[in-house]
Order: sequence, then structure tokens, then C-alpha cells
Amino acid sequence: MKALLFRDLKLAFRAGGGFGLGIAFFLIVVILVPFSVGPESGLLTKIAPGVLWLGALLACLLSLDRILALDWEDGTLDLVATSPLPLEGVVSVKALAHWLTTGVPLVVAAPVFGVLLNLPPQGFVWLVTSLALGTPALSVIGTFGAALTVGIKRGGLLLSLLILPLYVPTLIFGAELARRGAEGQDVATPLLMLAGITFGVIALLPFASALVLRMNLR
Amino acid sequence: MILRVKDVSVARGGVAVLEGLSFEINPGQALIVKGPNGVGKTTLLRTVAGLQPPFKGAVEAPEEAVAYAAHSDGLKTMLSVEENLRFWADVFGQSDIEEAIQAFDLFDLRNRLAGSLSAGQKRRLGLARLLVTGRPIWVLDEPTVSLDVASVALFADAVRAHLADGGSALLATHIDLGLDVTVLDVGPFRAKQGAAPISGYDEAFL
Repeated sequence: MKALLFRDLKLAFRAGGGFGLGIAFFLIVVILVPFSVGPESGLLTKIAPGVLWLGALLACLLSLDRILALDWEDGTLDLVATSPLPLEGVVSVKALAHWLTTGVPLVVAAPVFGVLLNLPPQGFVWLVTSLALGTPALSVIGTFGAALTVGIKRGGLLLSLLILPLYVPTLIFGAELARRGAEGQDVATPLLMLAGITFGVIALLPFASALVLRMNLR
Repeated sequence: MILRVKDVSVARGGVAVLEGLSFEINPGQALIVKGPNGVGKTTLLRTVAGLQPPFKGAVEAPEEAVAYAAHSDGLKTMLSVEENLRFWADVFGQSDIEEAIQAFDLFDLRNRLAGSLSAGQKRRLGLARLLVTGRPIWVLDEPTVSLDVASVALFADAVRAHLADGGSALLATHIDLGLDVTVLDVGPFRAKQGAAPISGYDEAFL
């Protein structure tokens, strides 16, 4: 398991691994927003939490099809499936590696991007909290989608179509948490809901992912 | 560590390809599967490796005893030869990769990226992976593709050493490896042609 995690992280940082792709995409989305809605600081402050969450979600989506597709193409997945590693563990480790290379950089960079959108000072803590709590769910749900579409040529687009609806609850409560935080309101409800969704999918989805992966490998 | 295949039928894409196959491989033995293209050798090997369930019959193999090698080697092009082997050794809970590097003459290549190797060198690395699994039953699908004569000899030596060590092997190959082994022609076990796809075939949902 550890070997798989370290290998995935190592691959992400080598040429063509795609590390930094998500964060660069996030940056561009955030920079484009003032161009499209105008540089009015009041309006930007208002939409900042929602835009930041949407940007993070799309940036995360960008790298999802790499989670399993590359391993399927070069035959690694067949060999891993016949190895002592349980597939449930394999998909969990894959999701973890995706989160560490995509989710964590987004969380770290979000405050900087918040400045670009004129996010109010009290909002930073809750923006980071909401992303830190929500992005693991994005990676785990994304791995499920990757397992569903593994082996399908040009599966990336199909993957996005399948996964985006599943991201809705995370997006609603994540953005709501960030918005309430920015406006200084009570954050308990969205915080608990977001945490519940994240821990729920981490606990349950790897079993579903492993099951569909096993079928796709036949 | 006996591998037993009992009256097995295998299906590919919902159509039975081979029927009524039975064989047994004891430690120290190897079996070569032969047959025309498309007859179902790969499907049979994937079934034996446990990647798909047999359509009928049973494959009896000890838990976690089978090392499978397919057409693709499962190599990461951006990792070096040594890193690739080290990864598989870790996955299978082994620590020694030197023996595998020696056996397939990879010493000079150990720090090269796998992506920069030739097809034959990649294949050698893919086969070296078998040695680091430490598993007794090898299931190999066309192991000698793109190997030159010297490398085929290296591979035959590796199989011979494996068998002498009490291991066993099931190979699908067209090349004469110079091994003293049983050859099974699966041609006669071909499923009745023209048979309609198995009705109610819902493997994908089970």
C-alpha cells in the first residue's frame, strides 16, 4: 500500500505527471472571473466563496481521468488486481494520492486566490476549512467515477458527466460554509453536513469503486 | 501448490470461446497452451489468474499463489528499471530485486527510465517482475514477444530455475523454449461455432 502511494506521488512529480496542472487551472479561472463580471469589488466579495469553490471543483475534475486510466493502459491495473493488495485499498490509496497532489495544493493556494477576488478577511479561515474538509470527498467520488469509466476510450468526458452531479452536495455545503464564514454568520450546519458527506464517502465509496473496477477488468 | 482446472468453459464478451478444459499442473511442472489466434488462450489465462470467473467449471489454485504476466508489462515509463522492480517487490512483500536484475541481464540498464528502453528490454523488465513476486505459479501470456534469441534463452533459463525450485508455470506461447514440458493444444476445445451469445448473460452485473 505504502509502495503504491509513494509510487503515485513520485509519478505525479515527474515529467508528464500533471502536478500543478490543477492549481494553474484554478488560478486562471479565478483571474478570469473579474474580467467576465467586472472589477466591482462589492460584487466580487459577494461571489468569491462560490467562485472559489467552483474553480476548485473544476480543477479537481481536470485530473480525475488520470487516476486509473494510466494504470489501465500500461497493464498495471491487471497486475495489481492479481497482487496481494485488496482492490478496496488500492482505490483508497489512489484517491489519497490524488488528494495529496491536487486537493492539498488547492487548499494551500486558496487564500492567495481569495485575495484576487476580494474575499473579506474573516472569510479566509472558513474558505480553507471548507476546502480542506470538502476536497477529500471530491477525490474519493472522482475515483469512483474513474473506476466506472476505466477501459473506455475517451472516457474523460463521460467521467465528467457522471461525476459532476455527484459533486453537487459537496459543492452546496462547501460553498455555503465558505459564504457564511465570509459573511460572519453561524457555520455549524454546513460544517457538519460537509464533514458528514466527506466521511460518509470515504467510508463507503471505496467498496463500490473496487466492485466496479473488478467488473471492468474482466 | 497444485493448480487444477476442472471442466472449465471460458467466455469473452458474452460468447463462450473454450469448453470442457481440464488439466492439472503440479509443482515442478509447466504446461504450454497452444492454439490459433483468437481461440481463447488469453481469456483462459486471465481466468486462471483470477481476473475473471470461469463461465462453467472451477479453477482451483491456492490463495495468492499466481503471478500473472500479460501482453503489457505494467511498467511506468517515468520510473527507472530499478524503481519499477522495487515497486513490484514492495507490493508482493519481497525485498530482493538483485536476483531478478541478474537473471534478465538488466544490470547495465538499472538506472535508465523504463520509457527509454527498447521493446525487448521492456519485456525483459516485465519478466523480471515475475521473479520479485516470489509466487510459485506463473501464468504467462506470450512471454517471448519482442525478445531476441539470447533473451529467450535467458527467459527459458529463468523458467527452468523456477521449475527446479518447485514452482510451476502455465504459458501461452508459439515459440519452442527448449523446455521439457507438456503441450496442450486448445484448438479441439473450441466452443461450438455459431452458438448464439449465452442468453441471460449478465456477468457484468454480478
